[in-house]
Order: sequence, then structure tokens, then C-alpha cells
Amino acid sequence: MPIIHIDNKPYEVKEGKNLLEACLSLGLNLPYFCWHPALGAVGACRQCAVKVFKDEEDKKGRIIMSCMEPVKDQLRLSVDDTDARNFREHVIGWLMTNHPHDCAVCDEGGSCHLQDMTVMTGHSYRDYHFTKRTYNNQYLGPFLNHEMNRCIQCYRCVRFYKDFAGGKDLDVFAAHNHVYFGRQEEGTLESEFSGNLAEICPTGVFTDKTLKQHYTRKWDLTSAASVCQGCGLGCNILAGERYGAVRQITNRFNGAVNGYFLCDRGRYGYEFVNSGQRIKTPMVHHGPADKANGIPVLQHVHQRMKPGKTIGIGSPRASLESNAVLKELVGEENFYLGVSSADHDLVSLSLKILEQGPVRSASLQEAAAADVVLILGEDVTNTAPMLALSVRQAVRRIPVEDVINHIHMPAWQDAAVREAVQDSKGPLYILNVQETKLDELAKGAYHTAPDNIARIGFGVSHLLSSKMPEVKGMSEQGKAIAEEIAGVLKAAKNPLIIAGYGGGSEAIIKAAANVSWALRDLGIDAMLTYTVPECNSVGLEMLGGHRLDSAVDRALNNEVDTAIILENDLYRRLNQHRAEKFFGKVKDVILLDHLYNPTAEKATIILPAGTFAESDGTLVNNEGRAQRFFQVFAPDSAVQESWRWLLQIADINGHATLSGLQHLDDVVSHIAHAYKKFEGIDKLAPHADFRIAGQKVPREPHRFSGRTAMQANVNVSEPRPPQDPDTALSFTMEGYRGEPPSSMIPFFWAPGWNSVQSVNKFQVETGGPLHDGNPGKRLIEPHANGQTPFYTEVPEPFLPLKEHLLLVPLYHIFGSEELSVHTPGIAERIPAPYIMLHSEDAKRLQVTAGYLLHFTDNGHQYTLPVIINDTLQEGVAGIPVGLPGMQISEAPQLIKV
Amino acid sequence: MFSLVRSMWLIFLHMFHKRETFQYPEQKAPLPARWRGRIALTRDPDGGERCVGCYLCAAACPVDCISLQATEDDSGRRYPEFFRINFSRCIFCGFCEEACPTYAIQLLPDFEMAEYNRQNLVYEKEDLLINSEGKYPGYNYYNVAGMAIRGKDKGDAQQEEPPVDIKSLIP
Repeated sequence: MPIIHIDNKPYEVKEGKNLLEACLSLGLNLPYFCWHPALGAVGACRQCAVKVFKDEEDKKGRIIMSCMEPVKDQLRLSVDDTDARNFREHVIGWLMTNHPHDCAVCDEGGSCHLQDMTVMTGHSYRDYHFTKRTYNNQYLGPFLNHEMNRCIQCYRCVRFYKDFAGGKDLDVFAAHNHVYFGRQEEGTLESEFSGNLAEICPTGVFTDKTLKQHYTRKWDLTSAASVCQGCGLGCNILAGERYGAVRQITNRFNGAVNGYFLCDRGRYGYEFVNSGQRIKTPMVHHGPADKANGIPVLQHVHQRMKPGKTIGIGSPRASLESNAVLKELVGEENFYLGVSSADHDLVSLSLKILEQGPVRSASLQEAAAADVVLILGEDVTNTAPMLALSVRQAVRRIPVEDVINHIHMPAWQDAAVREAVQDSKGPLYILNVQETKLDELAKGAYHTAPDNIARIGFGVSHLLSSKMPEVKGMSEQGKAIAEEIAGVLKAAKNPLIIAGYGGGSEAIIKAAANVSWALRDLGIDAMLTYTVPECNSVGLEMLGGHRLDSAVDRALNNEVDTAIILENDLYRRLNQHRAEKFFGKVKDVILLDHLYNPTAEKATIILPAGTFAESDGTLVNNEGRAQRFFQVFAPDSAVQESWRWLLQIADINGHATLSGLQHLDDVVSHIAHAYKKFEGIDKLAPHADFRIAGQKVPREPHRFSGRTAMQANVNVSEPRPPQDPDTALSFTMEGYRGEPPSSMIPFFWAPGWNSVQSVNKFQVETGGPLHDGNPGKRLIEPHANGQTPFYTEVPEPFLPLKEHLLLVPLYHIFGSEELSVHTPGIAERIPAPYIMLHSEDAKRLQVTAGYLLHFTDNGHQYTLPVIINDTLQEGVAGIPVGLPGMQISEAPQLIKV
Repeated sequence: MFSLVRSMWLIFLHMFHKRETFQYPEQKAPLPARWRGRIALTRDPDGGERCVGCYLCAAACPVDCISLQATEDDSGRRYPEFFRINFSRCIFCGFCEEACPTYAIQLLPDFEMAEYNRQNLVYEKEDLLINSEGKYPGYNYYNVAGMAIRGKDKGDAQQEEPPVDIKSLIP
């Protein structure tokens, strides 16, 4: 490793880095703007100047931009040199000549990189006395606020939005000192990753619009480490609360999962926590003859839980703890998985393949490093958005490696590398029912029915390994596609196969498994990613239980008196008519949930459950990574974690194994002991009795304000702050001020670094893992020496049936998820319900775009407006899943028109 | 001996000096203009609330006795939705006034705030807002800041050029 001398002190640094990265990794404070660990360096801002000396004798030196200079052995530089410092101070001075005088009304203030860097350079006096340049702002949609006056022209926004995330509608306009970062015309930013601009922008040009609705400075937030509830990827987030409402979600760096970025659903989908629809108090529905009024709600629950006739229905959006406690409370034979049968089939199959097969599930960061990507039947941008961002990086890997090897350009030389790469892309193949946003990057994108996608997948696996079944009767085109893909995969080093719930087809999942296993047989280190629908789908499936359908059947046989439903809306899991029948037969429905929903209408007892922000728990993501999320704030109502309600019920029932358990640690270690699969989840985060220097870790920064005034309107005597018996975090600002263990970092802050850029100080090296490792633990590891159980049943080719359409599910990043739609900004972007047809089908059915199509399914009438999309195959119709107002919950299925 | 006599003489002379004792409350002591007493929220020359809800006073407060919530009205001006000072905690240090970037929060020469009931020392915005510019007449934050509000567009503030025409290439 090279040794460099910084201010005459020798340091050992990593090869292949630039000097800025080296300095920051060593913990030195060197100001910068345009460089970003995920985006590389372009040398646009001239802020990170240092002085480099030729040798020991050289006293004069020369000023260079540290982000553009590679590390060299025996290099001598000075960060503290007076010339370099003056230079940096002057650069800030120039950047500030046009900066508006509006920190007080700027949402970035207090977490502003520009403020931090200004203070760091020591620029404190404005000696420019002329006029300031101004800009008009644009409306950029419900997520971001635009204030161009604050811009310092670092180009980070377009580099992220266009180059990194593949957005098309943000660019830089005009010339010289008039450059303008915005859209060609006003309008909503189209990228699913636009929210990251708020964190990428070093100043307040792009700020979080949902935060502005209830604006709070970063130092006033009570924050905790949490895990996103928006999809199955389990991105790490920080949630901040003030005055009893969640105010903001920011990215929590996890080098193995989401890195520096989040999707817009994850960032903005939090507002259901503050919704007016929240259930805040327990409710009991009394019959007129019921004289039990006045007794505690848990007594009511106790009275209605009849042994043998009580069932529990778990939830993929509830924590592992809540589901496990419910399972134990009602007994294994009475526990049902609250997921639709389609989701259950797909997730359990994916889980089985990952658990028993020899191929490893890829983390998001591993996916970003794949050299070939094959996506089978999945619109990743909508079903698992951050995976799409990883795929975008993976596509660049081969061309970037070429550049590094051939023109010897380091990877961090972003502009030069992009110039050399131009439009060349690594191989990405997409097979999906309709076009997707990633198609533009693909070497081949083919659109056909799910069964045909699976057939091509099977065809590829047969070409890779003759052990796989041959696909008979493949079309010429199908054969050609399969051959092309198989050829590319054979030459790959670590290809990634992506499939999942989005295709709605078990055959596709099996085909993906076959392809990856065949590659593995060839000695290629293939990776497999299955997307799953919800944040704890995998955890629930690993826990295991009976199908929801059998619960309905049991109820229809009058064998169920009481159903305990955990954080679930059964109307989203069953079709409406079957759900009605179920509720008609069950006498008592006990619901633990946080929002009123159609299931709550049917409940006889409602217990207010905590959302992710009011709960501690564990989730298992699609990779099989168990991650802990922490309670952000203590609610002032009866709201508590579902598992706590269930433990209290168990206590009052005198349950044999559960009574006596009280706190998170008790529950987690109970689960870890009871299930071999979940071994180690008790070590995901430090226990509640963990202390650093005898102190807990505070959720509030040391500048937290208003402690003695926040509740003074209620009572001038301050109440005792809420206690947290479950974790080693405290709800106050008192506690250990240093760096907490990586799994429980409540906010990123370091002296002099108030903005999100302070994450550098928590990493081993810039862009590297957090100091004591990336949080989370993989529960699923591939079965390296296991027999590969190839799937042999190739589906029949899809042939359009007369007067029938095959409904295939289409997912939307905004709308398909149950909770995020409560955010007004997201609600604004939900598409209206529709049915998508091929133009030939539309002609045949005599409809055009906008017309209403009537069809029946199981004897029930549905009506939906038509959208035409010719990338669909004939005979296939797409319907959006999960949108509010969509009543069909089952796809794919064949319907009669 | 001599010093004793001298002291008695000096004290005797004080009988003829002007009295420093004020017969409070009948007689009020004159307070200097910069006396750090009652905290008030002042207004712009045009009558608008000066406070923009930047939270700096709350952050500066050593006893954390200020809490507020910023919001925005339909003209684009920010203002505090509520603004609360718990005077039973306040130590009148004046840090909030120093921190205020808009001259909104000011400490005035008035100390007569005693209450029998401690709860009455919790002042809300209605109690704090006064109809005056306080010690800094003429200052209007929005005339200096680059934010556009209704009636003051981009480029209208002091020392600002009109907004850039991004379609122009003229230097």
C-alpha cells in the first residue's frame, strides 16, 4: 500500500483512490462539493484544493484539486498549507457571491453541506458588494422544492439524476454564469429516484417538499434507525419525529443494501404514520346484550378467545416478532399467513429455491456489481425500485472495467470514464409482459406472456446445461433469444438473474432458478434475486403457517369463532366476495392495526398497533437479510407494538410459554431459540442493557431544542421523558455522544459535519462499510453441496383463447403499495385504475383507449377503462395491482370478456 | 483612627446626595434600552410578522424554553404556527435575540412578569407578538433575502439583478 505524507506525517492509504478520498478516509477535514463517493470526481467546484510538493526539499509546491489527483507512493501534500487554505476560502467566497441571504427560510439549513464547508474554510466576511444573480424556480412535482438562487453549480444533481439514475427530465441549461439546473419546462420530475436530489444537493436548491409541510430542523428531530416498509428490499432509513409526527425519512447508509440512495416510495411513503385514519385507542364493539362494559379491553379479548376456535392471521407487513408471537399465541395449527394465494405460492417457492439451491441471493450492492443481468418477467422499477438502480450500475460495469484496463483511467475519474464509455453498455436482457423503463439499457428486451417468458428461461437453461429439460415447440424467435442470452451468460463471471412476484408466475421463478443453477453447474458464480411484495414477506414465509384460503374454508365450515388479524387488510388478500363470506362467518374479529381499513369495519375489537415509527422489530428482506428497526418516538396514546399487545393477551390467557416475556430482547431471544432458521436475530443489535461509558445512545442530537417548552402548554412542569426498556437507545438528548454501533445509528452527525455528508465519518473508508460492519444478518445462505433439484415441468406455450384474456399483474411504484398511498404527494401520482390491452385485442373487443370494458370473473362484474399498449402480447391484458379502488386482487388469471 | 473618622464623614455626606433607591412600585426605575427583559416578537415595517420560524432562537436557548413550529402562508412567507416561551425557565440571557436573523425576537426593557401561578408564565405567540418594530425600525428580512414572496418577486430584493433569462446567450 502506498504511503503518502500529509503535512509531513506519513499515512498508509489505499491504492487506486484519489487524494480527497484518501484524506477523508483518514478522518481529515477537507472541504469538497462536487465529489460524491457514489458519483466519483469531476473537479467542477475547485473546493478541495491542497498543495502538493515535488519532494522533501520543495518548499514552494503547487496547488491541485485533490479529487483529481490519484494516490501515489511517497507523495507529499499539505492540507493545512496557508496558500491552499486561502485558496479554499476564496473559492467559497466566490461561490457565495450569488448565494441568497436566506438560510433562515431555507429547509437545508442545519443540515447544509455548504454551511459546513463555509465554516470549515473560515470564510466569514463578504467582500463582494455588487448585485446578486437571481433565477426563477420551477414546480417540480409533489416531492421536491426548487430554489435555484442557492445553486453553487457543482453539477451533482444532473450527475446523479441523469448519469447515475438514468433520468431524462433534469438537465443543465444556459451558459457561463447563468447555468440553470432544472427541467426543460415546469412539471413533475419523472424519475423514481428524484428524492435523492434533496440529499445529493450540497445546498438547498432541491429540498424535501413533504418535510416543508411540517418543517423541522435536523437538530430538532428525534430519530432512530429504521427499515423501509415500502417493498421487499429492506432499504435502511432514518426516520425523524417532532411533536408526535414523523417529519422526514432520510437515507441510512448500509454498504450491503441501499448504499447512499432511496427510492421516492421509500423516502416519501411515511405519511401514513401521521394520517388522520390512524387508530389511536382500543375499541370494542358491544352487542346490546353485552353487559361487559367498563372492563379492560384485554379482558374482552380474553373472553372471546375460545380454545380451538380461535385462529390467527399473520401479516407480511408486520414485524417478525409480532408474527411469531401470534403464531405461538394461537398455536401452530391455527396460524395462517395473511397473504393472497398467488403471493404465498411465489414467495414460498422463491424461498425454497434460495434455501435449498446452490445459488446465493444477491444483495443490492452485489447486484450492482454483476456483469450480466437477466430479468425474467419483472418490471423492477416498479416492484423493487432500488434494484433497478443497482441494475443501472451493473450495466455500466463491463464498459467501465474496459476503460480502466485499456486506457488506465481510475474508476473515480467520472467525467473521463463516462466520456470513454459513451453509450456502450454491459449485457442486460429483459423478458417482460410489457415494456419497462429499463428496456432502454437492455441489449435485448422481449415482451411476451408469462408462460412464454418461462419457456425462454427454460430454453436458456437447456442451452447452458444438457441436464435441463428441452423446450419443445419453441418459436424461431424464442430460440434465437434463448441462444443469444445463453451465449452471453456462458461468458459471464458473475451474472445476476432477477425474477420474482412481479411476473405472477411460478414457472418464471422456476426458470430463473434453472438458469442460475445451470450457470452454477458450469462453474460460473451466478447470483439470484427474487423480488418479494412486502417488507417482511420472506420473514413471514420463513416463520411458516397455513394458507389464508384454508382459514376461509375453515370459517365457512363454522369452525372459527374468533379471528385475530395482525396488521392486515384481508380485502387486499382475498377477493372481495370471499372476504365478505369469511367475515360473515366469524363471530369475533380482533384486529391489531394502525390504520382504518375495510377489515377494521368488520372488527369487533380493534387494538391500536404501532407503525414502524412506534415499534421495535425485525424484518427479513428478499435477500434473506434480517434487519432490526427501532422505535422512533413514544406515542402519547394507547398505541403499542403488536407483539406487546399479543404478549399482554398471552399473559392474561396464562399462556404456557409466552407469559413472562415482556421486552423486545425477551421476544427476540425466544424466537431465536425456538426457530433454528432465525438463529442470530438476537444479535442484530446490542441488547437493551448495552451501554457506552455507562450511557445509552440518545435519539436526539445535542442541539435538540424546546425540551422545557414543547409540552408547557399542557403543563408547565415537564413530565419525565419516556423510557425505553426495549433498546439501548434513549428518547432524550442525554447519553453517549460518540459513535454508536452501526446497527443503531440514530442520525449522522460529526463535529463540523451537520449534513448527510457526515456519513464519511462513520465509514471505514469513503464509500466503504460502516465502522463495525454493515448492519443486518443474512439468514439464508446457499446450500453449496446440495443436490440441484432442477425443475423439469416446462409450461405450455401461451396461446390466446377466443373471448378470453389472460390478466397479468402490473405494478406501480406509486399506488401498488398499501401504506405509501396515504402520502398526499404519492396519492397525486397514482394512476387511475385501468385495463391494458393490445390494439388487436381492443379491435376485436370493439373498444378503444378510454372506453370502459366490462368483464366477469367468478360470476362478478367488473368495469375498467381501457389503455392500449402494443408491447403486450395479444390475448394478454394487464391490470394494475393494489391500486386504491381496484377490486380484483388475483392475477394472473384467465377471464371471459 | 483617622480612617474611621474619614469613613464616618463620608457616610454623613451621603445624607445630602441624590437618592439611588426608587420607591418601587410607585416609582419606576429607568431601564436602559438594551435591558434584557420581556421577550417579544416584533413586526416588519409593513406590519407582517418578522419571525420566519427558522428555529435558531430555540437552538440557541441554553434552557431550551422556546418551542415553535414553522409553516408557510399562501403568499410564501414563513411564520410560526405556534411560538411558545416558557418564562418560568427563561434566564433572560438574550441568546435568542442574538441568534435571530430577522430581528424578530427582541428583549425589551420590562421585567414585570411575575405570576402567582407558574402555568401563567407559559407565553404563546399571541402573548409575545407586539405591534412594533422594536429596536430595529425599518428592517424587513424579505427585502434582503432571495426568497420570492407575493409582492416581492425574484430580483426585487436589495442588490439583486432581475432573474436570468436562461434562453439568452448574451454575456
